[in-house]
Amino acid sequence: MDQSNKVELEDVVIRFSGDSGDGMQLTGTLFSDASAFIGNGISTFPDYPSEIRAPQGTVAGVSGFQVHFGSAKMNTPGDYCDVLVAMNPAALKANACWLKKSATIIIDADTYDEKSILKAGFNTPDPFTELGLQDYNIIRAPITSMTKDALADVELDLKSKLKCKNMFTLGICFCLFSRPLEHTEKYIDDKFLKKNPEVAKANKLALKAGFNYASNTHAFANTYEIAPANLAKGRYRNISGNQAVAWGFLAASEKSGRPLFCGSYPITPATVILEELAKRKDLGVKTFQAEDEIAGICTAIGASYAGNFAVTTTSGPGLSLKSEALGLAVITELPIVIVNVQRGGPSTGLPTKTEQADLLQALWGRNGECPLIVMAASTPSDCFDYAFMAGKLAMEHMTPVLLLSDGYLANGSEPWKIPSMKDYPSINPPIVTKTEDGGPFMPYKRNENLVRGWAHPGTPGMEHRIGGLEKHFLKGSVSHDPANHQRMTNLRAAKVAKVQDFLPDQTVIGDENGDLLVVGWGGTKGHLLTAVKALRAEGKKVSLCQFNYINPLPKNVRDIFKNFKKIVVCELNMGQFANYLRMNFQEFEFLQFNKVQGQPFTVVELKDKFNELLG
Amino acid sequence: MADNKYIYTPQDFKSDQEVKWCPGCGDYAILNSVVKAMPEVAKRDGIPHEKFVVVSGIGCSSRFPYYVNIYGFHSIHGRAAAIATGLKVANPDLSVWVTSGDGDSLAIGGNHFIHAIRRNIDLNLIIFNNQIYGLTKGQYSPTSEFGKITKTSPFGTVEYPFKPGELVLGARGKFFARSLDVEVGLTQQLCEAGAEHKGMSVIEVLQNCVIFNDKTFAKFTATKELREEKTIVLKHGERMLFGKEKNKGLRLNGLKLEVVTIGENGVTEEDVLIHDAHEPNPSIHMMLADMEGPDFPVALGIIRDVKDDSYDNRVCQQVADVQSNCQIHNVDELLNSGNVWEVK
Repeated sequence: MDQSNKVELEDVVIRFSGDSGDGMQLTGTLFSDASAFIGNGISTFPDYPSEIRAPQGTVAGVSGFQVHFGSAKMNTPGDYCDVLVAMNPAALKANACWLKKSATIIIDADTYDEKSILKAGFNTPDPFTELGLQDYNIIRAPITSMTKDALADVELDLKSKLKCKNMFTLGICFCLFSRPLEHTEKYIDDKFLKKNPEVAKANKLALKAGFNYASNTHAFANTYEIAPANLAKGRYRNISGNQAVAWGFLAASEKSGRPLFCGSYPITPATVILEELAKRKDLGVKTFQAEDEIAGICTAIGASYAGNFAVTTTSGPGLSLKSEALGLAVITELPIVIVNVQRGGPSTGLPTKTEQADLLQALWGRNGECPLIVMAASTPSDCFDYAFMAGKLAMEHMTPVLLLSDGYLANGSEPWKIPSMKDYPSINPPIVTKTEDGGPFMPYKRNENLVRGWAHPGTPGMEHRIGGLEKHFLKGSVSHDPANHQRMTNLRAAKVAKVQDFLPDQTVIGDENGDLLVVGWGGTKGHLLTAVKALRAEGKKVSLCQFNYINPLPKNVRDIFKNFKKIVVCELNMGQFANYLRMNFQEFEFLQFNKVQGQPFTVVELKDKFNELLG
Repeated sequence: MADNKYIYTPQDFKSDQEVKWCPGCGDYAILNSVVKAMPEVAKRDGIPHEKFVVVSGIGCSSRFPYYVNIYGFHSIHGRAAAIATGLKVANPDLSVWVTSGDGDSLAIGGNHFIHAIRRNIDLNLIIFNNQIYGLTKGQYSPTSEFGKITKTSPFGTVEYPFKPGELVLGARGKFFARSLDVEVGLTQQLCEAGAEHKGMSVIEVLQNCVIFNDKTFAKFTATKELREEKTIVLKHGERMLFGKEKNKGLRLNGLKLEVVTIGENGVTEEDVLIHDAHEPNPSIHMMLADMEGPDFPVALGIIRDVKDDSYDNRVCQQVADVQSNCQIHNVDELLNSGNVWEVK
């Protein structure tokens, strides 16, 4: 029986880390799911290397997964961890910098032999002293050998048995934080029972053995309870940013009645969107894994011409390759959505790490005067809404839309109150099937919002041509007339600018005036919000203005900015949005806080910066 | 299936736009062949006018959409095959044609070209091969012969050319045919056959650029007599005979083709190969596509025509199969599927 003391906590950050092959991503995901299931608020962040299986036991091969769970909605996966699971010395070395003072460290004692310790790059056989961690609460559990013992009667080879180490570890954590096992056991059965009952049995046994080990040996002086969060009533699920983007596109397809086509080339960290859509043949989705990034967007353009809701998914290097075709979509005024899940750049950069440095590329990275709508999602779950809106704006305004996500949003997950499609607006693309006067169709004739008609090949009497050469302002014929080019350039710009009339007002979190306005855009919302809320709780006059619509900007931005003594623009690049705001609002001074380390902001560094600015 | 309700004339497929190719350009003849082929295809396959679409890239050949009166998309350099792929997969009911050149398809667009062929998308791609970059005024192309002197190779090229047919077969293509711009009737027939073939059809037309590469094919095309002696028009099921008297033929000697003359050295007509365009093994098709002077005639006609299912059809079939037995029918059902929980 568990006789340790139960202590109630508000929130906890736990970081699972081990070799790429240790199954830490799954362990973290299952811990998050179980926590969400019992009603905790959660926010997760996987942090993994770009190598699939870097050499075992080296720092390069360490894969991590951080979960922040608590008795309220969690806006960030947490800066520093209360508990670090380090399956080998390399994992300890890679993650020691993320430990809170006096954190608990759970290690697999079997892997901490001298050889592994030296392989991880330690200079002495005592990594804890070397890192100055000797006073931390270190739980040395012989996880490998106990997993082997627990599975003695299971009919699997040793290698398969040792794969269950992560479940033993998860069991320990479940005991420590008083999580029930049922949810995970059901997951294991669903995944393995049909395919291989022995594997299912082994995983469940290991999970239970870990739980019992922690409970029986009193490994921990205390165990912890984290009360359920006070979440709005309703039905919930966990969702990651990439999954939410994919599903948001499905929603836009359903609301518009336009079949969904996704032409994409796999690229980290965007690939999961294509994978999610490939599963959805049941909803009639056509996915096309292209031969390259260019074919990804070009097939989407072809599908859009045919009348589909067409999307393409990519990350920075892929966006570079798509630029010429983006120009084609702009000049032919065909609706497509391009998702750029940003990662560290330039070039191949940091494929698995997050950054926001593609903003100016999104705005202007094309030849010629080439405006399009640029927007950004800001939490894993609101990726659904912004993907939906990207589809709505693209189709209703006959323009490409560039939707920015990032590695942090894409892989992070949070509980999401499942919406109902009846609460989403309709999408009404300007499809034309006949001309008003019965004459030939004029592809570049516009409605009151400057939007041209969408006539799909196969529609009788609407034969026309479009293309990348400048076109006559009404007809599809080529025009080199100087005045016509000016006119078409102005029209394309005005059409995108007019989208402003259809955007919601920019909101401010906190008071509408004060000493400091924190400005962010996209995926930094969770961290900025947490920092701003903390300072507001201390009585400081700080507010947050987090942007989702970037081109065009919402109408009321100037009215917000003028009510604050100072404005600081925080972004994971060297000042791109700040410069964009300077260009648009020359009367304000924009201070900057920037970081490009492949990691999100920490709440601690944000608070320090804001306090410094508040003086 | 034949549906003769769609009766059109070539005039119905010609546009009212002024054609801006150079006087004497081989492209005029190709345009003529295509607008003659389209009414035949419409009638034979029951395709209404509005379902014909042409997609092009960049280059002289890619101005084609302006000169036909059908849905047209003049896109960007090299990407026509990719754009046409998206169009066809999104709406397989359309009859999708691609006009492209040797630079457009084999240089900047090489990747899309081979992958559209590999996937067997049901497109009809006409490659206008003039072995030169015309619209940029005379630089060598990936099909220019070794040593070719052009503005960017003033001392002659030091690189070997592609043969489009080899690329098509190397990418596991199912349909490849070749014609000459001057053979308007033959080009028309090949376009009709390409449209009938379900899957990617590549029709190479050797086309004269009067300005930058004039007479480059003249050594086997200059006169009707020369064409009879220096080219062979292949027909499925018929012997590979050529020459004014139809007394020359091709036969296999070991693993190689050779030209023989009937009546000489004991050669009879029975020794001459019968063309089998439907043979899945591409070996002989490769040799035929490869032939060139002075020892061999240039092969024209349908070199390869092998039946297979198309990519676009398989995609639709897969969607239909999954939908016939699925749990999720709309987005609400999807959002509420799997691992969900209630907060009360």
